[in-house]
Amino acid sequence: MDIFLQQLINGLVLGSIYALVALGYTMVYGILELINFAHGEITMIGAMVSLAVINLLIGSTLDLPGVMIVFMGVLTAIPACMALGFVIERVAYRPLRHAPRLAPLITAIGVSIVLQNAAMLIWGRQYISFPPIIPIQRYEVLGATISNLQIFIFIFSALLMAGLIMLVHKTRLGRAMRATAQSPQAASLMGVNVNNIIAITFILGSALAAIAGVMVGAYYGLAHYYMGFLLGLKAFCAAVLGGIGNIAGAMLGGLLLGVIESLGAGYIGDLTGGFLGSHYQDVFAFLVLILVLVFRPSGLLGERVVERA
Amino acid sequence: MVVGALLAALPFLVDLGLGRSWVRVLNFTLLYIMLALGLNIVVGYAGLLDLGYVAFYAVGAYCYALLASPHFGLHLPFWVILPIGALVAGLFGVLLGTPTLRLRGDYLAVVTLGFGEIIRIFLNNLNAPINITNGPQGINLIDPFYVGGVSLNQAHTIAGIAIPGSYNIYYLFLLLTLLVIFISMRLQNSRIGRAWVAIREDEVAAEAMGINTRNIKLLAFAIGASFGGVSGGLFAGLQGFVSPESFNLLESIMILCMIVLGGMGHIPGVILGAVLLTVLPEALRYIGDLQRYLFGSVLVDPSDLRMLLFGLALIIMMIFRPAGLWPSRQRSRELSDAK
Repeated sequence: MDIFLQQLINGLVLGSIYALVALGYTMVYGILELINFAHGEITMIGAMVSLAVINLLIGSTLDLPGVMIVFMGVLTAIPACMALGFVIERVAYRPLRHAPRLAPLITAIGVSIVLQNAAMLIWGRQYISFPPIIPIQRYEVLGATISNLQIFIFIFSALLMAGLIMLVHKTRLGRAMRATAQSPQAASLMGVNVNNIIAITFILGSALAAIAGVMVGAYYGLAHYYMGFLLGLKAFCAAVLGGIGNIAGAMLGGLLLGVIESLGAGYIGDLTGGFLGSHYQDVFAFLVLILVLVFRPSGLLGERVVERA
Repeated sequence: MVVGALLAALPFLVDLGLGRSWVRVLNFTLLYIMLALGLNIVVGYAGLLDLGYVAFYAVGAYCYALLASPHFGLHLPFWVILPIGALVAGLFGVLLGTPTLRLRGDYLAVVTLGFGEIIRIFLNNLNAPINITNGPQGINLIDPFYVGGVSLNQAHTIAGIAIPGSYNIYYLFLLLTLLVIFISMRLQNSRIGRAWVAIREDEVAAEAMGINTRNIKLLAFAIGASFGGVSGGLFAGLQGFVSPESFNLLESIMILCMIVLGGMGHIPGVILGAVLLTVLPEALRYIGDLQRYLFGSVLVDPSDLRMLLFGLALIIMMIFRPAGLWPSRQRSRELSDAK
């Protein structure tokens, strides 16, 4: 039982990070019907930038408390990623808005390759460790352990998601975003500046990705120029699981995927009599993806749309 | 005739002009042309976006590796293995195609991408408890191509002219590439080829015209996959070594980019794309020399810069020529109509 609870906790924490990244995919897909392949890389850049700032502050003569240093790191990473998201949209996606469908997908892949290799040139090929400046405390809950970092990640991402839902459903900007997602032409006739809304969507998604990047870095204690790729893929799976284009769906999908992955990795050895081990963890995301797409292509919360050619 | 003579003389010319290592590049170019034409059937003809194509390449390569290496102690000749590889890869194509037939567009892209990753993860981990793929270390000492006890990978002297191993492989690959091109062309103009195009343009209308869309799409997957399987086998025989590392997503994307850059569904365009994208990264290696010439020293490691420039090239290409460098006449017409 305690193993189950432990895996559940790990899964929920991991899942909340997936959910943050998945939101970026789902918002962009909702409006542009484009898989923003570079989104995972934005997460990576967020982790790298914050790490650079954190290391700089630790090395400096300023004697800041640990929490403050991490906070500064996050505060630099967010605008950096926002700017990056804005530039990517402007340079690689906007000129192709009326091109054949495959074209923006290819530029997205191109952007992803460029970001990965730029990060590799700047920060090198090796894994960079996240300095443990915030003391980790562990608490015992019903035989499972949970750390203060895990609690923080979970609560903070929950707050961010609540904030995003408020933004999308309660503000004027959110209404404009929903209108653009339904029909860009109609929205522009109603006086919505569609180009601005699309740019804002990218910026918002990138900000969330930056925070998720810092969280992943702090959680695993490592950052690497290639870390965004698998994270991005899994977050995309989460977005599809929840129903792509649906914001609540992305959150649900992220959490579910995290839990499925943790529980799956924890129990697959027992279930197959030791034939398959926990290193198959990464398979689950794709397996879930395939199953969802075969049996419920619209995702858990997505409405059934008529198939678009 | 002229083209034939040129193709036959190509390795000699390349060797003289650029050096022996470029003959190897030439072989890889032929390999990628085969791969790109295989994917072109799925993506270009039938319009099914497949981002996991490298999985079939991997299946073919591991077929060859398992059937012709000391790993299981089997040493079958390559002309037996290649059809087996094609068949097994084709079966995998059907395996992937069956559950994903109802999907289209981006969704299909992601499922196939996931499939490619799953195959790679399995190759990486199927070394315990039964050692099938030898895990991340991969399989070593794979047999070279033998024809009647004569290894093609070694140099031979025929009529007083020494022919290095890479030349023999070139002729073998050339033969198979021409076969693949021939099959591609015949398929394009066949009843099946027209059915693929019909499905690509409008699936509902195609079905109304009496096309069994399910079987025809499965056929596209299977045929495309079997081309990938053959190429994979050739890759294993050429390298003498396979490991899961060679079959990552980037490889799938690279092959897709060849098609898109060249011009989807258009055989000369696809060949052009494959040639460009195989030769270009090699040529970009000279950036190191260029830097030394410009700045006096190598500022940035050229192999690091290579992929960066490649990514940039992709973006620029798509913005300025979204239909590819050499699109078919029909497609460029469609695109200009849309504007």
